[in-house]
Amino acid sequence: MDALIDLLPELWTAAYETLYIVALTLFFGGLGGLLVGLGLYLTRAGSILENKPLFFVLNLLVNFVRPIPFIIFLAAAQPLARAVTGSGIGNNAIVFTIALAASFAMARIVEQNLLTVTPGVIDAARSVGAGPIRIIATVLLPEALGPLILGYTFIFVALVDMSAVAGYVGGGGLGNFALQYGYRQFNPIVTWAAVLLIIVLVQFVQFFGNYLARKALRR
Amino acid sequence: MAVVSLRNVGKVYPPTTKDGASVTAIDGVSLDVEAGDIYGIIGYSGAGKSTLVRLVNALERTTSGEIWVNGQDIAPLPERDLRQVRLGIGMIFQQFNLLGSRSVARNVAYPLEVAGYPKEQRAARVAELLDFVGLADKAGSFPDQLSGGQKQRVGIARALATQPSILLADEATSALDPETTHEVLALLKRVNAEFGVTIIVITHEMDVIQTIATKVAVMDQGRVIERGPVFDVFSNPQCAASARFVSTVVKGVPSPAELAVLRLRHAGRIVTLAFRDSAVDQKEVFGELSAAGVTFEVVYGGINEIQGRPFGHLTLALTGADPVIDRVLEHIRTLTTVTEVR
Repeated sequence: MDALIDLLPELWTAAYETLYIVALTLFFGGLGGLLVGLGLYLTRAGSILENKPLFFVLNLLVNFVRPIPFIIFLAAAQPLARAVTGSGIGNNAIVFTIALAASFAMARIVEQNLLTVTPGVIDAARSVGAGPIRIIATVLLPEALGPLILGYTFIFVALVDMSAVAGYVGGGGLGNFALQYGYRQFNPIVTWAAVLLIIVLVQFVQFFGNYLARKALRR
Repeated sequence: MAVVSLRNVGKVYPPTTKDGASVTAIDGVSLDVEAGDIYGIIGYSGAGKSTLVRLVNALERTTSGEIWVNGQDIAPLPERDLRQVRLGIGMIFQQFNLLGSRSVARNVAYPLEVAGYPKEQRAARVAELLDFVGLADKAGSFPDQLSGGQKQRVGIARALATQPSILLADEATSALDPETTHEVLALLKRVNAEFGVTIIVITHEMDVIQTIATKVAVMDQGRVIERGPVFDVFSNPQCAASARFVSTVVKGVPSPAELAVLRLRHAGRIVTLAFRDSAVDQKEVFGELSAAGVTFEVVYGGINEIQGRPFGHLTLALTGADPVIDRVLEHIRTLTTVTEVR
């Protein structure tokens, strides 16, 4: 317990770093996921911008990246992270790598949620002369908003999960804190403290996500 | 002038699998819809009627033939140019297809937004339309708070927003109960009468055709097998499929099975008389029978009315001496068609 009290400043720093990593990856990964997910949805057979080759490539890419365990993806994508962020280590490198992995995971969630929109409402929009961009902005995204918010809430938890291994490439955060000060020092109380903070964070975000989704669905 | 004119239109779907066969949904259909018509297209599921109507506003593209809409062949137009064409064609759907994320008023405003109406004009037009369909008090409601009939009325208001000259109704009442169906059909009739909108109605229910259509085309396996004014097709269907549709709303000539049942109950001679319009005077026909001393009983059939014109078949069981019956039937044959069923 004393060890934990001594480590409190580090704990807060770690919590801040986790928030930093997760917030940025939620933004970039979420945006990437939205674009790739829309791409998958729009180019699939029978959709408004049907494009078989493009769908094939996107689909393959998503299936290719998604099954790679994140810690391996982190190592494999390091040269790319270095090229983009200027460094293969540290918080920015891990933000890049998580955002990349999350884009593909989120892409599937976005695609699935868009598929729940009844094709009939797209027909209705087309029948009054709406073009693809307008259909995306005024039909697809608003009609799927509730499930999409829940999807983003779901991916948030996955981001916290991925951020835990940041320590392996010199990043920080609660995961790193738990490993460095708790697991390696044989001090379970320190580990549990980090776990507790993560649980609080995830619970808060899940409640908030549910609340927003309820508002979007008007239930 | 025909506002919608299909010329030898075909729609073939490519095979879905490598060894699959292509599917012909529409097989050389030609059809003229005149301004002000309520044109019914009836057929069983899979007859191609929904595909046909979706070709008219190019939700589906034709694979052959010409589709003239308001004097323009839209078949070769690229998607971009079609958006302008679609502003002149409203469409309503079986499942209503309202935007669940928008209020009733914003659903009706949607086509106006797409067409680029200024905001103030939109509000006025939406109020006018909701008033017309009788849902002024539901402007702020969301689609999931409405009944099926109300949803379809919102659909109609939305379809009319940009003042189209043509309205396509794709099974618009098939998800509604009979009473609501008649409310919606009455509204469509008003749309036709008050705004002069030409309506194309797709349905599998002959009742819908009987209630509102002025002309009808019967579709089977991607072809139009019979067409004409509704009265003609109802009172004198030319092909078996049409006759089957007519028999769903009109009790006409008894089928062999029904006749066998009638035979069990009635020992005498059984004849079917056709009544069409006021050309045949029932009083005269029945007067002849009574005057000759032949007693009769109506055992099957009925008289219906389409657009105020009566028609139907009555099957009678006659009792009396054979020579007397022969003589009186001889005379009635000069008044109408008599079929003796044995």
